Amino acid sequence: MLHNLFIGELAERLSRREISSVELTRHFLSRIERLNPALNAFITLTGDQALSSAAAADARLGRGERGPLLGIPLIHKDIFCTDGVKTTCGSRMLDNFIAPYDATVVTRLKGAGTVMLGKSNMDEFAMGSSNETSYYGPVKNPWDTAKVPGGSSGGSAAATAARLAPLATGTDTGGSIRQPAALTGVTGLKPTYGRVSRYGMIAFASSLDQAGVFARSAGDAAAALQVMAGFDPRDSTSVDVPVPDYSKTLSQPLKGMKIGLLREFFADLEPRNAALLEDALSIFTGLGAETREVSLPHLPLSVPTYYVVAPAECSSNLSRFDGVRYGYRCENPKDLMDLYKRSRGEGFGAEVKRRIMTGTYVLSAGYFDAYYLKAQKARRLITDDFRSAFEKVDLVIGPTTPTPAFDIGAKMNDPVLMYLNDIYTIGANLAGLPGVSVPCGFVDGLPMGLQLIGPHFAEAKLLNAAHQYQQATDWHTHAPRGYES
Amino acid sequence: MSLTRQDVEKIAHLARLSITAQEMPVYVSSLSSIVDFVDELSRTDTEGVVPMAHPLDGQHQRLRADVVSESDTHEKYQLNAPAVTAGLYVVPRVIE
Repeated sequence: MLHNLFIGELAERLSRREISSVELTRHFLSRIERLNPALNAFITLTGDQALSSAAAADARLGRGERGPLLGIPLIHKDIFCTDGVKTTCGSRMLDNFIAPYDATVVTRLKGAGTVMLGKSNMDEFAMGSSNETSYYGPVKNPWDTAKVPGGSSGGSAAATAARLAPLATGTDTGGSIRQPAALTGVTGLKPTYGRVSRYGMIAFASSLDQAGVFARSAGDAAAALQVMAGFDPRDSTSVDVPVPDYSKTLSQPLKGMKIGLLREFFADLEPRNAALLEDALSIFTGLGAETREVSLPHLPLSVPTYYVVAPAECSSNLSRFDGVRYGYRCENPKDLMDLYKRSRGEGFGAEVKRRIMTGTYVLSAGYFDAYYLKAQKARRLITDDFRSAFEKVDLVIGPTTPTPAFDIGAKMNDPVLMYLNDIYTIGANLAGLPGVSVPCGFVDGLPMGLQLIGPHFAEAKLLNAAHQYQQATDWHTHAPRGYES
Repeated sequence: MSLTRQDVEKIAHLARLSITAQEMPVYVSSLSSIVDFVDELSRTDTEGVVPMAHPLDGQHQRLRADVVSESDTHEKYQLNAPAVTAGLYVVPRVIE
């Protein structure tokens, strides 16, 4: 079945003209029509545009052009501006917003010939770990629709797992690609900070946000990253470092690769989670890697540090939503202050308001030193710990999440409990490091992920390790029941 | 250190967010628990540690030549505006 093939296999069939991009696109559009209502993974579908993009890709193929993503359908998280297409960030604040330009990520993937099927549902303004804060309703996990898919890129994760597209973009500020990838049994990659342009990606926390991908294999993720990565003069934090050929090094043997077991990750692991990680470690050592324990003593500060830094940055970034130039405006404002307060009070959901207020508080006079400056110091300690670890090992390994997917509604009343879902993912964001989550087994019939984190710009090594693991295991090929066909 | 209702009202005002009287208690309690949670940082020794504003070392703000590189596209960008007159955003009267 077409939707179970990997991107490489689809590209091969397209290149042999066995199928057309239009047929492939129709196949996914009809799956979406049939299967998405139960998942609510999309905010906007772009069927007509998809068919014209597909026809254009077919024309390019017809002229003899070839490319790893030419004619391949994908989904963009609704945080990326897409010219002429509604872009909401999962919020009432942008329910009426038609983006007037394309994000760089969108431009590059379009240039490579991808076909956009639609914009995926997400936690509002990327704030959440369960896709329950979206103005457009929660996304359901295809493995069990009473459970969350994770967040904030829940729609992209669920759609990829449900085989509604072979590829989906996402963003990861505190784990928002890796955590939902783990909870939905797909591969999720967060590149190094600065590797992929943030131009046109609606900002949440500017020193943490990074664009990445969901796919069903490391090989597919590598093909996407190849197109997305690279310097962009329009993003002032984009790093001008050459982009290696990620696909070329996927199959390099892992002999001699040193993988660090993070002591702080392996402490207090739930036994079944621990057992899956033990199995994964045997696979890696069987492939020739050496494992040793490393310690990042300041890592437990990650979550409190993040919940000072990210809200502070979000309070600044979201101040642009003021009801004046775009986005939601309240009715009959009495005066300018009322316009601001009610447009924002009515346009934003509760979690967004909580984070804006947390940020405002920690940046306010009298508290800035105690909270924000302090958190930036803790951030340096955490980053330095990672740096020391990477002097001894090539990559670090651990679980992606503490538990499998939880019930929709289970954690909505306790923000701090929800925040603790990010406990394993946040460190990489604070230190700007690349990370990948790959499926590593099941607990209670629900997928679990293992996470690999590397030093800056080590995406090739991460993808190599993930690919070799996926050659030796088949967790990444499992489909949720009802979505295989 | 829990936050009081007055604290939250002041923060909401600074953040230009309207919070209704009904919603207020929930925000007071959730913001208090968040602040209590992040207070853990205060117990960490950070003597002599340089704050980190950017995840990558050695980065600095790139500058470009001061030449015109964009064209006037305000009509397209203002299609999303709630109220526009003659290229100007219309808001309630500010100056008496």
